[in-house]
Amino acid sequence: MKIRLLLCLVFLVGLQSNAQEYFPKNDGVKNPQTNYTVFKNAKIHVSPQETIENGTFVVKDGKITAIGKSVSEPQNSIVIDLEGKEVYPSFIDLYSSFGIKEPKEASSGNDQPQYDANREGYYWNDHIRPETGAVNYFNYDEKAATSLHKAGFGAVNTHVTDGIIRGTGMLVALNPGGTEGDRILKDRSAQYLSFDKSKLSRQSYPTSTMGAMALIRQAYLDAEWYGKGKSDNKDLALEALNRNKNLTQIFATDNLLDALRAGKIGNEFNVDYVILGNGEEYQRLQEIKETGSTFIVPLNFPDAYDVENPFLAEHVTLEEMKTWNQAPANLKMLAENEIPFTITAHDLEAEKDFRNNLLKAVSYGLSKEDALAALTTTPARILGEEERLGTLKEGAWANFLITSGDYFDKETSVFENWIQGEKMVINKMNTTDITGTYDLNLEGTTYELKISGKPESQKASVKSGEMKLGAKLSFSDNWMNLLLSPADTTKTGFTRLVAKTDDSKDDISGTAYLSDGSETDFTATKKTSTETAEAEEDEEENGEDKEEDIREIMPVSFPNKAYGFSEMPKEETILFQNATVWTNEEEGILENTDVLVKNGKISRIGENLNAGNAKIIDATGKHLTSGIIDEHSHIAASAINEAGHNSTAEVTMEDVVDPTDINIYQNLAGGVTTVQLLHGSANPIGGRSAILRLKWGEDAEDMIFENSPKFIKFALGENVKQSNWGSRSRFPQTRMGVEQVFTDYFTRAKEYEEAKENDDDFRRDLEMETLLEIINRERFVSAHSYVQSEINMLMKVAENFDFRINTFTHILEGYKVADKMKEHGAGGSTFSDWWAYKYEVNDAIPFNAPIMHSQGIVTAINSDDAEMSRRLNQEAAKSVKYGGVSEEDAWKFVSLNPAKLLHIDDRVGSVKTGKDADLVLWSDNPLSIYAKAEKTLIQGKVFFDIERDEKLREEIQQQRSELITQMLEAKNKGLKTQPVTKKEEQHIHCNTLEEIH
Amino acid sequence: MKMKYLVLLALFTCIGNSFAQQTPASKQTEAITIVGATAHLGNGETIENSLIIFEDGKITQVLDATATKMQYRGRIIEAEGKHVYPGFIAPNATLGLVEVDAVRATDDEDEIGSMLPHIRSIIAYNAESKLVESMRPNGVLMGQIVPRGGTISGTSSIVQFDAWNWEDAVIKEDDGLHINWPSSFTRGRWWAGEEPGIKPSEGYQEDLLKLEEFFASAKAYLEGGNDKTNLAYDAMKNVFNGEKRVFIHVDGKKEILDVIDFKQDHELEHLVIVGGYEAHKAIEELKENNISVLVQRPHDQPNSEDHDYDFPYKLAGILHNKGVLVALESSGSMERMNTRNLPFYAGTAGAYGLGKEEALKLITSNTAKILGIDDMVGTLEKGKTATLFISEGDALDMRGNVLTHAFIQGREVSLETHQTELYKRYMDKYDSASK
Repeated sequence: MKIRLLLCLVFLVGLQSNAQEYFPKNDGVKNPQTNYTVFKNAKIHVSPQETIENGTFVVKDGKITAIGKSVSEPQNSIVIDLEGKEVYPSFIDLYSSFGIKEPKEASSGNDQPQYDANREGYYWNDHIRPETGAVNYFNYDEKAATSLHKAGFGAVNTHVTDGIIRGTGMLVALNPGGTEGDRILKDRSAQYLSFDKSKLSRQSYPTSTMGAMALIRQAYLDAEWYGKGKSDNKDLALEALNRNKNLTQIFATDNLLDALRAGKIGNEFNVDYVILGNGEEYQRLQEIKETGSTFIVPLNFPDAYDVENPFLAEHVTLEEMKTWNQAPANLKMLAENEIPFTITAHDLEAEKDFRNNLLKAVSYGLSKEDALAALTTTPARILGEEERLGTLKEGAWANFLITSGDYFDKETSVFENWIQGEKMVINKMNTTDITGTYDLNLEGTTYELKISGKPESQKASVKSGEMKLGAKLSFSDNWMNLLLSPADTTKTGFTRLVAKTDDSKDDISGTAYLSDGSETDFTATKKTSTETAEAEEDEEENGEDKEEDIREIMPVSFPNKAYGFSEMPKEETILFQNATVWTNEEEGILENTDVLVKNGKISRIGENLNAGNAKIIDATGKHLTSGIIDEHSHIAASAINEAGHNSTAEVTMEDVVDPTDINIYQNLAGGVTTVQLLHGSANPIGGRSAILRLKWGEDAEDMIFENSPKFIKFALGENVKQSNWGSRSRFPQTRMGVEQVFTDYFTRAKEYEEAKENDDDFRRDLEMETLLEIINRERFVSAHSYVQSEINMLMKVAENFDFRINTFTHILEGYKVADKMKEHGAGGSTFSDWWAYKYEVNDAIPFNAPIMHSQGIVTAINSDDAEMSRRLNQEAAKSVKYGGVSEEDAWKFVSLNPAKLLHIDDRVGSVKTGKDADLVLWSDNPLSIYAKAEKTLIQGKVFFDIERDEKLREEIQQQRSELITQMLEAKNKGLKTQPVTKKEEQHIHCNTLEEIH
Repeated sequence: MKMKYLVLLALFTCIGNSFAQQTPASKQTEAITIVGATAHLGNGETIENSLIIFEDGKITQVLDATATKMQYRGRIIEAEGKHVYPGFIAPNATLGLVEVDAVRATDDEDEIGSMLPHIRSIIAYNAESKLVESMRPNGVLMGQIVPRGGTISGTSSIVQFDAWNWEDAVIKEDDGLHINWPSSFTRGRWWAGEEPGIKPSEGYQEDLLKLEEFFASAKAYLEGGNDKTNLAYDAMKNVFNGEKRVFIHVDGKKEILDVIDFKQDHELEHLVIVGGYEAHKAIEELKENNISVLVQRPHDQPNSEDHDYDFPYKLAGILHNKGVLVALESSGSMERMNTRNLPFYAGTAGAYGLGKEEALKLITSNTAKILGIDDMVGTLEKGKTATLFISEGDALDMRGNVLTHAFIQGREVSLETHQTELYKRYMDKYDSASK
């Protein structure tokens, strides 16, 4: 003990000698303050794990100079007795824009998109702004600070919330008494990133999340290269990016999928992002954990929807209702899964909602220790400030809260928030507690006066027998003012009671000012607790209790919405007996045949197979086929187009897979097992594809076809020349220009390749790398195409660079150049019968697929449409009608042939021993309009089952009605509700682009 | 010589381009007898081995060939193993009003203004549209041509799909008034800076009131005593006297119930709901008020991710099986070119709760009843117009819908189109190259 004291003194001396003043003073003498403030007898929460009962701590110059069970008081001390009170470290928010105004949106004279950057001497893209420093924009905001004080915060990490790479944030103590010099704890405390563009520039690129991801990657690569001194020009942004490299990197996201995407980039570049989440992390705990990131989690629990009107209630989805139900348990689940997190107030009205919501999270199972750590020690550690912030210890900033008791008890009052030794009063500490039931004697009548609530917000009710009077209590600085109005509301006549209360006395006495202007004395005699017990009871009954019950949390399903799985399908051993099997192989269509599925593969095909322990499915009268493959799809995507440049080979659809899209399930119900998720057709060279298995319920990464062949989307014609949308300033505006775009980019790619070979420190260009893959035949092209001239052109361009166009997708005039395609070696994927929607589809004919097929081209029928894709079997059947293709061949148009075009026919596309068990059991001939998919398997797992679907429908109805009841209860209790508005996520900034497929 | 050849070629190309449309067939002059086909009458019945005779554009006999000794008349078409259907009718269509969706100059479907009963689709109907001719090879031989947009979009007419001009095409002129019922929900117009998503419409009651006022004013005006002509009100005359049917495009249950009140208030005899996504929630009310429904195209997606994946497939079946008079319409995305898929919409309804013959009614007899032309078309019955076709197989299934003959008013119409011509042209090219 002695040693500790000694150490403590040494420390004090040390501190004093450091604090040397050097600012001149002209408005008086210096009057230095050298007193100590001693807080004693408090229960001190030194850290989430450590508590000192009856502890003492000493504060001087904004810092704690000593803390412990018994600490000696320096002579020059002001002593504050905190008997019965508790002390916590003030909170820290890692994600804030405190004191920094949001930049104003840049405007321009016209509505034409802007392709070039505004800035010079910086990076080529205006949305990369690592040189931005929060310090240059900071102005202490007293109003916001007060609100944060009340919520318990002592320090925030603030930044300019603008841009994709946003520059550095600063750590600020919310000390209203000091100067900026005192408050700024760190001027370059972290670097911030997001997927959102800067408002300061209208530069078009990137228009999508995948574009933002590609841009971040390229900027990282460029910074590394720049750091080697290889650039001829000055780039202040890249220099800043290199300078910021070793700071904490905080990535702001606003939805769960984006949070995982940030994690993905972090893992690629070995950056440990701290990720700002959105409160829905619990829906994908495993994947969240796998990011390895610490999460900054908001407490913005959604309000219940106002579902009183049943017509309106119809428009709230199960997902929205479930999210309302589950959100308060998010933090608990994160803690349970040992995912590190901090808590932010950035998405809330801090003063009003922060503590309530935090307490709500605790009531839903978050431990107090975890809650406290998330607000103190964890953020301090992330900022490397654990010696100065987050714990109450010698040398740390005197940032602490004084409360009436356990912070997490809702009855507890927060009295004061001290920051850097400056006191902020939130609720007066020494307010007399006058709660209780009194006999109020006034003018010879005895009333029952009941005062309840926390000291800072006490309420009164007054009754005379059964009659309730109007009563309004205001109580401050130990003066009580009670305004009484008659029970009969039609009458006026107020009585005002005024009294000064005294801690030492239970009874209250004072002066009453009557409605006639006269004054008289009154007394209120406090009843004993046994006397009041009775009164309590009937109070409960008519009390307007806005407390929310703790709801039962609905289990998370995958995805967390209608038709999600509560348990993921498992690999099964299944024997389909006695089916008509469309093999797509030489055997053709086999009648009365058994197919055994084992270990995710088609294990045996034959007659009267031995079932072993397989689950037997009687397929008599039914048809078994391989799964439908859609060569051209845009389902399950958070973005379709990156339209900011005329070539965007650097972006990939694999970055923006949305595994929660209901279209996945609806496609499974139509027998679809694999799709190529293609980039849109906003530009001649689009983005790379994602080939997906429609494994509903899995996460984005697991849906991507293993060892996917590499693909990219090209586009031709009206869309890329922006005939029906977009600007008239982007090259190309004609088909003539389209050819030049391709020729130019491939020429540059060749030059890049050559230069790269001679230089080890060559700047890696993700776009050029992709184009090289195409030229080197490592990446296949699927080209959106309509008219014959452009189809012919693209083949010639490819031939000039010695590669081939793999697929012309939704090619509609393929029939006009089928001979040339054959010679070139291109495949053709087409709409069955679409036409007349654009000028360039005037000559589109439903005989296109049959003609291409007749000329020996690998022909497929694709959807490009979420509605049609779930009926692709019927679209294939149209080739029987138009052009008389045999049923067997027509079926291949949507199964084996697209598998060939996607180079996955070694794994899927036919019913063959050894291939993946991607199978569909149909009620009828699969080409029949009357056929229904009854079971859809992917790799031996049943992802759609028509009987299970029936059960899911019932479950959805049950869950909906349960949640609607819960929401009605919430509304009935007077809790806040939100009007029904179905929010639809818009990831694509220029929304018209959604149409450009 | 060379010059002459070039001129000829130019002329030929010119003709090829401007006269790509098929020439309308001339009047039926000779009786036609179809023997041996399975006749799908359109009223739910079939005749396995049928005998159908038509003369002067009218059906004179529909009989069981095995049970009659009726003399064959005129030209005889042997159709064993084939199927005969009444011509399919596409209600709520916009064929002939737009040629290419993305080319504004070809778009005549939506006039400006909100109360436009006087706007008539028929005069803009392009009988020579390449889209119209593409209906015939699929058995879609008639349609109701409807203007779009506004609250009262205008007045539709019913046409047959083989005519020189709109006047010749008419089956029933100015048959219906089309109203887009206000919605009690609006979708946030993100392009105007609003939150995207569905929200309650603040203007719903106001919009209803405007419609009410328009009807009331028109009624008052039509009582007489005006010294000036109001074209819009004049066009309402046949609505109030019941000659012009009222088609209300509406989806939600609440709105449907409001439509029913509207029908009662204005004593509208024939009222048809178009779309009707939630019509199954008001079945009893619809039946009590004798309201029929043109159900939106079944090849569509559910409106909410919570809904059954097959809901659009089965809606017509649910209504029909509960006794509501139902037919199918094909409006929606790329509706003109998609209208030729009407038979397959019926096929889908057949698969989801109806069966083939009941499903067939939804594009034949029921449609005719709803449009008020069932005295002329919609079934294979004696006395009806001979608008019918012969198919190789089940015409509601893609594989079977292969037409060998089609007749409109007894006239044998061409089954060739711009598309079949291109098909033949290019197959010829490849065939001759391979020889």
